Amino acid sequence: MKSFAQLFTSLDETNKTNEKVKVLKEYFACVPDTDKMHMLALFTGRRPKRQINSTQFRLWAIEASGIPAWLFEESYHVVGDLSETVALLLPDHNNTSSKTLTEWIADINSLGTKTEEEKHSWLLQSWAELSAQERFVFNKILMGSFRVGVSQNLVIKALADVAELDAATLTHRLMGNWTAETYQFAELSHADTALEDVSRPYPFFLAYPVQETSEKQKTPDAMQDLLGDASEWQAEWKWDGIRAQLIKRNGEIFIWSRGEDLATDKFPELHPFLNELPDGTVIDGEILSFRNGLPLPFAVLQTRIGRKTLSKKILEDSPVALIAYDCLEFNGEDIRSKTQTERRQLLQQLQAASSVQTVFNISALINFNSWQELSEIREQSRAMIAEGIMLKRKDAHYQVGRRRGDWWKWKIDPLSVDAVMIYAQKGHGRRADLYTDYTFAVWDGDKLVPFAKAYSGLTDAEINKVDAFVKRNTLEKFGPVRTVKPQLVFEIGFEGINKSTRHKSGVALRFPRILRWRHDKPKEEADTIETLKALLNENE
Amino acid sequence: MPLLEFTDKGIYCAAGKFYVDPWLPVDDAVITHAHADHAYTGHKRYLAHHLSREVLLYRLGDITLQTVEYGETVFKNGVAITLFPAGHVIGSAQIKIEHKGEVWVVSGDYKVEDDGVCTPFEPVQCHHFISECTFGMPVYKWKPQPEVFAEVNSWWQNNVQNNLATVIVGYSLGKAQRILQNLNLDIGNVYTHGVIENTNEALRRNGIVLNPTHRITQESVKDEVRKGIIIAPPSSVGTPWMRKFAPYSFGYCSGWMTIRGAKRRRAADRGFVLSDHADWTGLISAIDATRCESVYLTHGSTATFSKYLSEIGFDAHEVHTLYGTEEDDAPVPTAEAKLADNNSQEPAKSVANEGGEV
Repeated sequence: MKSFAQLFTSLDETNKTNEKVKVLKEYFACVPDTDKMHMLALFTGRRPKRQINSTQFRLWAIEASGIPAWLFEESYHVVGDLSETVALLLPDHNNTSSKTLTEWIADINSLGTKTEEEKHSWLLQSWAELSAQERFVFNKILMGSFRVGVSQNLVIKALADVAELDAATLTHRLMGNWTAETYQFAELSHADTALEDVSRPYPFFLAYPVQETSEKQKTPDAMQDLLGDASEWQAEWKWDGIRAQLIKRNGEIFIWSRGEDLATDKFPELHPFLNELPDGTVIDGEILSFRNGLPLPFAVLQTRIGRKTLSKKILEDSPVALIAYDCLEFNGEDIRSKTQTERRQLLQQLQAASSVQTVFNISALINFNSWQELSEIREQSRAMIAEGIMLKRKDAHYQVGRRRGDWWKWKIDPLSVDAVMIYAQKGHGRRADLYTDYTFAVWDGDKLVPFAKAYSGLTDAEINKVDAFVKRNTLEKFGPVRTVKPQLVFEIGFEGINKSTRHKSGVALRFPRILRWRHDKPKEEADTIETLKALLNENE
Repeated sequence: MPLLEFTDKGIYCAAGKFYVDPWLPVDDAVITHAHADHAYTGHKRYLAHHLSREVLLYRLGDITLQTVEYGETVFKNGVAITLFPAGHVIGSAQIKIEHKGEVWVVSGDYKVEDDGVCTPFEPVQCHHFISECTFGMPVYKWKPQPEVFAEVNSWWQNNVQNNLATVIVGYSLGKAQRILQNLNLDIGNVYTHGVIENTNEALRRNGIVLNPTHRITQESVKDEVRKGIIIAPPSSVGTPWMRKFAPYSFGYCSGWMTIRGAKRRRAADRGFVLSDHADWTGLISAIDATRCESVYLTHGSTATFSKYLSEIGFDAHEVHTLYGTEEDDAPVPTAEAKLADNNSQEPAKSVANEGGEV
């Protein structure tokens, strides 16, 4: 654990890519192989199951720190992170443990069969054996909240260097459903063993945004400068569903989401068409809810994502179907290095043979002859229930991860309203102890109705100013939330708007964020609930 | 009528007709220390410790200033005023005010650890203690100073080996000298930003012996500077002045560095937890040692800390002052934004904005 905690701290202590890679290599060079696999699992989001719930965790931490519960909560609001709060509050001991990361995770996994009393004494004992630095990382792993500010690409680059392997191959071998307990480092690092797992997906190829911010729309000329001739590109709608990879191998089917969750059971509607595919087929596409053959907004799909069982009503009213984008494996052969156009032909061939073409759709190509024409077509995105347009170079290979160059997403402007900030709350992580999480309201007659929360979109300098405003203009405090004098006006952008019975305003927004601070607008000139309702009607 | 009251100009002693650390212009001001949120301009007469003299003159210009030694009593309108060391920065004092048997102590800012640079904090018994609580949360616990400087020195050494310049950031009165006096000078020379060197010079004029420093000027040789360490004020972070030393590693010294989020926000390569304020246990032990009947908390985590003190049996009160800032402000002080990038020899007006802990 010492080396792992040190790795975490060292990565935290530098903002420089080269330094991070160096630190990662040093780690790989000095720990046992089992620790390497656990580290890779943690760094790629494969966290051990949480065995202690957060109520127990808090209660026992309060006991170990010897402070009143309210003071513990106050401390948490200042620190903005539960694991860190506990690491800081507990007394330091010198008898630190020499257990490896592998041993600690085995300990955590074995808690499943333990009684509450056993968990309690194990946790207090563990805290006492760890330094504050180790305690922080340990808490993160234990509570299933381990995250690290290092991209998977960097980790793989470092490992590829140490193990003398190709980074793309490693990325592929680290995809899918493995655990550090069963996947051996030797399997990962030796040639020819990688493709044995029939469920293993390929790394997703992700598009780069054409414009960094929504405020500066690219003109047709700018598109020409960025991408060259329109004739070299194919265009499709950018569908707003769940990006997925669908696999048929050895008579088995697998559906992977972009977050590498195995979601085969969540989409029974797709099983018949998948089962019908020839073995050795992998398709990339978007899963969406449909009604009468037309895609529905993401909000409809969202209602079924978290459910354990799917009701008959959902399956009848808004079943899912696939809009296929690409074919990655055909006849058992990895075809990612064929061109976009060639892969599309193979995809069409598969679809033509399918008996359920209403479920196995292919993302239609948009006909266009110039960037000017395409930018006009793009205006129809919202009516198409699309987020904008996808551009793929006709000779593009299917690459690994988010890459500039061959795949671009050209999203439409967000919807927006001007709103007044009425509540503020402290942020977390980098924004700990600063008021960064705001609730916004629009006018309903002479009252302000809250309709959205937003956390992002301001610069650090702006956040400092808003933070100072909040502290000087607090009307009331409710726990961590402050009611703020309504004065500041912001333009709030969002991707979609839907009816909601859960919110006072009657609407729910998709991806709300702050577009800009409207210093020029007094609060009286903020938008009204009628503006939101009009947007809602346009989108129905 | 209590001996001291909290007014909209500052802490006021009606019997003695003087204020302690007033923020609006008054006739008589007793100053705990020379940080900008305690020593404002515009008063007719100032009283402070000897070792604050040159810094106050440098920062506030031509003021009428009387200075005294620790333990030396002066009277104003029959009220006895005695200064005791606060251990915060060089020249910082707690102000003991005594009249007709009633004793108050205004602590200003303080820390209880002996930093080897300023006169160590001395507890003073009193009936009423006016205390700061900048770090009045139990998550703030300082490591002993030698441990922190062992980290600083090994980081510096490591940078030299990797051919990186080393920039260490701390505010100019207090932190900068504490850093300077605890660096391992076998590693290399110490270079200073103009704002810091101006303060060093003021302190040297006051008879303080500091380690040798080299002011960074246009003529400084970058390759030489890289082998040493640069002490810079918070205002220089991210400025062209600092970028010209690239590639560098940049370390930030502050109590706020305890929290990962605060450190990440500053994009510091290294955050060293080093504060001139008392930590949680330091505050409680200092307050306890005064044996006071009541304690008044002027700035910092006042709400939380006074609630806790009340629970453990103190008569604790929050009071509103303009020191530090409100309850949860100080991590990003406006002083940083205002302070100009400065390497001139002239006493910079803007330096007066530099407040306490940053």
